[in-house]
Amino acid sequence: MSAAAERGLFSCGTCGLVSRAPAAPGAACPRCHTRLAFRKPRSIAHCWAYLVAAMALYVPANTLPIMYTSSLFGSSEDTILSGVLYLWDSGSWYLALIVFAASIVVPLAKIIALAALAASVQFGWGSRRAERARLYRLVESIGRWSMLDIFVVALLVALVQLTALAAVRAGPAAPAFGAVVVLTMAAAQSFDPRLIWDDERR
Amino acid sequence: MNGDSAPERIPEALPAPKAGRSLPLVWLVPAVALLIGAWLALSTWFERGPVIEIHFHTAEGLQAGKTRIKYKDVDVGHIGEIALAGDLSGVIATAHLSKGAEKLLVEDTRFWVVRPRISGSSVSGLQTLLSGTYVAVDVGKSTQRRRLFIGLEQPPAFTTDAPGRTLTLRAEDIGSLDIGSPVYYRRLQVGQVAAYALEADGKAVKVTIFINAPYDRFVSGHSRFWHASGIDVALDADGVRVKTESLMSLAIGGIAFDAPFDEPEPAPIPPDLVFDLHRSQAVAFKSPDRLADSYVLVFNQSVRGLQPGAPVDFRGIVVGEVAAIHTQYDPQRERISIPVEIRIYPERFTSRLRGGAPKAGRLSKDGKFVARLVERGLRAQLRTASLLTGQLYVALDFFPEAPKAQLDVAQSPPELPTTASTLEDLHATIVSLANKLERVPLEQMASDFTNAMQSLDTLARRLDTELAPEARATLAEMRKTLAEATKTMGDASRTFGAAEKSLAPDSALFAELQDAAREFARTAQSLRTLADYLERNPQALLRGKSADAQ
Repeated sequence: MSAAAERGLFSCGTCGLVSRAPAAPGAACPRCHTRLAFRKPRSIAHCWAYLVAAMALYVPANTLPIMYTSSLFGSSEDTILSGVLYLWDSGSWYLALIVFAASIVVPLAKIIALAALAASVQFGWGSRRAERARLYRLVESIGRWSMLDIFVVALLVALVQLTALAAVRAGPAAPAFGAVVVLTMAAAQSFDPRLIWDDERR
Repeated sequence: MNGDSAPERIPEALPAPKAGRSLPLVWLVPAVALLIGAWLALSTWFERGPVIEIHFHTAEGLQAGKTRIKYKDVDVGHIGEIALAGDLSGVIATAHLSKGAEKLLVEDTRFWVVRPRISGSSVSGLQTLLSGTYVAVDVGKSTQRRRLFIGLEQPPAFTTDAPGRTLTLRAEDIGSLDIGSPVYYRRLQVGQVAAYALEADGKAVKVTIFINAPYDRFVSGHSRFWHASGIDVALDADGVRVKTESLMSLAIGGIAFDAPFDEPEPAPIPPDLVFDLHRSQAVAFKSPDRLADSYVLVFNQSVRGLQPGAPVDFRGIVVGEVAAIHTQYDPQRERISIPVEIRIYPERFTSRLRGGAPKAGRLSKDGKFVARLVERGLRAQLRTASLLTGQLYVALDFFPEAPKAQLDVAQSPPELPTTASTLEDLHATIVSLANKLERVPLEQMASDFTNAMQSLDTLARRLDTELAPEARATLAEMRKTLAEATKTMGDASRTFGAAEKSLAPDSALFAELQDAAREFARTAQSLRTLADYLERNPQALLRGKSADAQ
């Protein structure tokens, strides 16, 4: 197996056209004029940056209340975990599992998986390249499911506004959680999976 | 490299000179994220208020994480966790207060659960039916900080910042008072009962009341307090008087107070003064008796109807009361006696008119004065207060004819001689009367009476047989005579009728009579004229009428 980069070939990230590298440094796609590079520039650094940001926001997203509910019968504030526990206690264990998986496990798993991938590339761990590639595909595909909580909160805030009787407000965890999801997606996007195989020859 | 033909067809990328090395802006993202995260964490940390523990008797209505804590209806925190106390005597609620609530947490701050409550005097906390219970706070005045509190079972009657005055009363029993029972001054509600507790020795109840400002200035050191709960019915010379504070106090009890006399300026109240809570207004206004002399009375009659507390009066004025009634067995003389212990308040003998000389006229304790009075005939006597109920009281009075007796000063308490009661006298009189009646020959009297009746009967019968026929004949004659008289009367009546008819103004006889009368009058006139003429001219009798006379 040989990489296209070793032969001086670019692959356009936008239109997929393969082109030969010119003599001078710096190249653009002859068809769509996208700037070309053999690998995503500073892919690992970007990935790390996004991951660190995601990790920083993951803590407040889970510890701060995501939703304030106030009604005639009192008010309460819920964190993601307390909502899951409430669902579990009230018998909706399947819902609890879904929310738990989508809101707590998936973002955390994504962060861990991407960190592992970035570390493996950075420190040149040579083994299990195919599994790592599969992991990357998995991370990319499940990213869209993580916004479940944000959708729920956004819906409730918009729908339950009966001023005197009941009101739902988004808590500080909601934007933090949304940011975590967006940042992990950005991290996955910035990671160039081709880097997994780049040191195969060495 | 498997064939060069393929690469030949691959187009060459356009040369694009690299732009100047730009800053790695991507690192701003984690920096901002970290900043936001740190800010969130810090703000949460700083917004965290103190955590306290409140000990409640029960967690009724409390919900972990939901129940709010409110001060003056402002949310200052919530109950975080509720756990049973270690000794299972209650629950410990961990409360998370908001930032800035430290000021609330002082030594005498009070917490209580606001639930719907319906008591005799008020309905409160109804809003909690909908909103759920909450924990209310009343902030104390102390500056001592505290983290562990005992929650109140009852909401306090007044908040610490309410202006007014707290007073302590000592009562024999609680009556119908409860927390929140009203306190009246001139029938105006000026305060309420804040708390009550049994005293340590269990012999009295300590009632804490709160008088709202500005009425608290009407309380003076001399104020008297009494139960305003019941109806005070008094029967006296004016008739029946019913007295009560208000219908409300009748139902739920209450306390009233007033000064016993007019004070220009309320006397200051010593800080630890405990007022007495009297049974009624009359008792409250009775001047307190500080001196009491005890005496023993031995009655040789039944004391049924005499009770401890019964009045001892002197000619109608209550000067003391019966303290106790004992029975005593004297084994030497083998006699059972009933010593009655009485208390006399000598101050009541003090002449008010001779004010300024409190010793004057006092029934002194040294015995000499009383002994002298006994020599002059002072005796105690049992009298009936009410024939209906048979209640007895002890009367002191002078009985100069009573047999001589001495005040037994040696005994303690000294024994006052007694005399038989008036009822006892009455009893004796009735008995002697009955005895006299018994000696009357009632049967003899009855037979005499029967004889007399018989003679009367024979007399009546004789009258019937002898006198009646004669009387009957006389009566018949009388009837006949009467009939004749009636006839005569009829004839007379007829005669009178005819006379009447003939004398009627329009009858012929009447007209003739009138004519005759006129004629007679004329004749009389002529005669008078003749007489006059003859008087003036007597010669006319001889010579006849002269011509010039015409």
